[in-house]
Amino acid sequence: MDLIGELFTNYTLRNVALGTALIGIVSGALGCFAVLRKQSLLGDAISHAALPGVVAAFLITRSKSSFVLLVGALIAGWLATLLVMAVKRYTRIKEDSALGLALSTFFGFGVMLLAFTQTMPDARQAGLDRFLFGQAAAIVQRDVLTIAGIGFVALLVMVAFWKEFKLLSFDAEYAATLGFPVRLLDVMLTTLLVVAIVIGLQAVGVILMSAMVVAPASAARQWTDRLSVMVVLAALFGALSSIVGAVISSTGSGLGTGPVIVLCISAIVALSLLFAPNRGLVWNWLREQRSHRRLRVETVLADLYVLANQHENAMHGHSAEVLRAMNAGRGGVEYTLKQLQGRGWVQQTSPNQWALTQTGMTEAKRLLRESPGPAMPTQQPTPHAEVTP
Amino acid sequence: MSPELEIQLVASVVAAACALPGVFLVLRRMAMMSDAISHTVLLGIVLAFFVVQQFGHPLLIIGAAGVGVLTVSLTEMLNRTKLVKEDAAVGLVFPALFSVAVILIGLFARNVHLDQHMVFQGELAFTPFDRAIVFGLDLGPRTFVVMSVILLLNLAFVTLFFKELKLATFDPELAEALGFRPILLHYGLMTLVSLTAVGAFDAVGSILVVALMVVPPATAYLLTDKLSWMLGLSVLIGIASAVLGYWLASLLNSSIAGAMVTMTGVIFGLVFLLSPQRGMVALARRRMRQRWEFAQTMLAIHLLNHEATPEAQVENRLDHLSEGLRWEEPFAQKVVGYAERRGIVQEASGLLHLTDEGRRLAQQAMLR
Repeated sequence: MDLIGELFTNYTLRNVALGTALIGIVSGALGCFAVLRKQSLLGDAISHAALPGVVAAFLITRSKSSFVLLVGALIAGWLATLLVMAVKRYTRIKEDSALGLALSTFFGFGVMLLAFTQTMPDARQAGLDRFLFGQAAAIVQRDVLTIAGIGFVALLVMVAFWKEFKLLSFDAEYAATLGFPVRLLDVMLTTLLVVAIVIGLQAVGVILMSAMVVAPASAARQWTDRLSVMVVLAALFGALSSIVGAVISSTGSGLGTGPVIVLCISAIVALSLLFAPNRGLVWNWLREQRSHRRLRVETVLADLYVLANQHENAMHGHSAEVLRAMNAGRGGVEYTLKQLQGRGWVQQTSPNQWALTQTGMTEAKRLLRESPGPAMPTQQPTPHAEVTP
Repeated sequence: MSPELEIQLVASVVAAACALPGVFLVLRRMAMMSDAISHTVLLGIVLAFFVVQQFGHPLLIIGAAGVGVLTVSLTEMLNRTKLVKEDAAVGLVFPALFSVAVILIGLFARNVHLDQHMVFQGELAFTPFDRAIVFGLDLGPRTFVVMSVILLLNLAFVTLFFKELKLATFDPELAEALGFRPILLHYGLMTLVSLTAVGAFDAVGSILVVALMVVPPATAYLLTDKLSWMLGLSVLIGIASAVLGYWLASLLNSSIAGAMVTMTGVIFGLVFLLSPQRGMVALARRRMRQRWEFAQTMLAIHLLNHEATPEAQVENRLDHLSEGLRWEEPFAQKVVGYAERRGIVQEASGLLHLTDEGRRLAQQAMLR
């Protein structure tokens, strides 16, 4: 199976991979702004809301050229966004309900229009519903060019207004006080998102398009704290999952391109959540374990030091039970003692009797000097004080 | 019963069953959960179908409801990592689960009538042909029976836990402190949302489920401040959209579900514009009135300030207001007219005098 070769020689596969990769790049990059502005679900709403625009564009022009349908989708998606903004602004209905409202009513209206066109005598309306489910296999070279052209313009606008969009995403109030036209920028950025979604709809479908907005950006967010890096990474993730998805679905029978792409990007998200440096769950867990262990070691060392100071003979052994009592149920005393013994800081004077070594004594002193923090026992080392268990 | 009536009855029951849990979704800011759940239940149906190999089996509903609850808990798990924001968590979980369902169908169930089109469309027109027959007794369309049971369940849940739901919705911290276990209520609610979504799924499609769960409660939210009223109004609005939608669909010979959603949208639009308290028109009128009242108060204070002082002859002249209060001439004319009609000022040969009423208004305004 020469899949990589196929990618270059097979006409259909090349178009599908190229088309979906371009979609992945555009929606990945612009999705970053949506995710950062807590508008992830706006993508979902827009992609549903585009349907009536597609059908209406067909009803008015009687044309199925993808450009005409895209314009229809664009207008409907944009109107839905305006509806969401108006409802949020003028009523007490919250964002989530406003989104659900716009999404379902626009889509329902679209379904009604679609069913209406299907009763029309000629059969030219056939295929309009690929805007619902997407049909990546139907991407031809002209579609790739349309996607590339519109996507390029959208990305160009994004780069041209980079500074403004960045400010808007992170601190809209500050942008307003600096005198930037925040409302206008908001509408512009949202329009770009609508564009990104609409060009992808007929390839991957409504639901999967909303994933292409949220997922690449969420994955990229884990790897960096810089917006520029995040946008580039998200575009890369979007493209990568699209190409891999297209190739996988070209091999197996019955594997739709859209769903496979979504699973690929979901896998990237899962890996990023787990393994991204600094933020990843795995590193986080390891860090937690390490600090727990350090905490236990320091506590036992300090406790032994306290005991040594309370005893005339510093090298007098103390049983693990005493240490456990001082340790207030944090557990793992025996294990920690073994570890400390390995480092040569603690020695066993007789079975189950423990004392600090000379190095251990120096270590404990250093520790108490350096970090009088929460790792320290509550009792301060006061020489020859009463032992209070 | 005629098929027309039966379809409307089924639609009304679905609308009522969706509206009840929908109210709490809207109030708890979880409306988009209905969207997520109504898509992922497809996965539950597919998985349960692989087990029982037949449609109409109760296990399908249970499996689907299970996956609905799974969607909620996965989303919450993702939230708790704090690595993604809440809205992104929803947007990550449900497309993934939905894709798994679509792929499973493509791989193993291609020759069964089970596809993603079901999620979107569903056709109410066919419901009268699928009857529920128990011991040879025709109980009506199967969807009608299923949805009636779900409606009763929802009704029982909302009635029995009305107080608890109210508290947990409006003040979850207090509910927790009083020991009401809001998390249990939350999952109870989500189970019902899932059940309702599955039950309505094959009859009306998922988008109608989302519409009926979100739009009527959002509409009712603009009309009332009382939870009990909101529940009742949501049910009524849902039923009204169902019936009106049916007639719209038969008029246009179009999709019934689509027409019903359109009607929920139309009703929302009307209320959004015309609601007596919170509608756009009422809002604009209130803003207008506030503008005039504010101007009138300013005028009264201005007049009181200069009343019985030597400047009064100049300051309290009608043609001086453009200078004294920085008002445009036509605006000043209108304000004086407004105040005169309300008995705040009187005009005598170009000079303005406060009435007793006007003096009281100005004094009160200055005390505030």
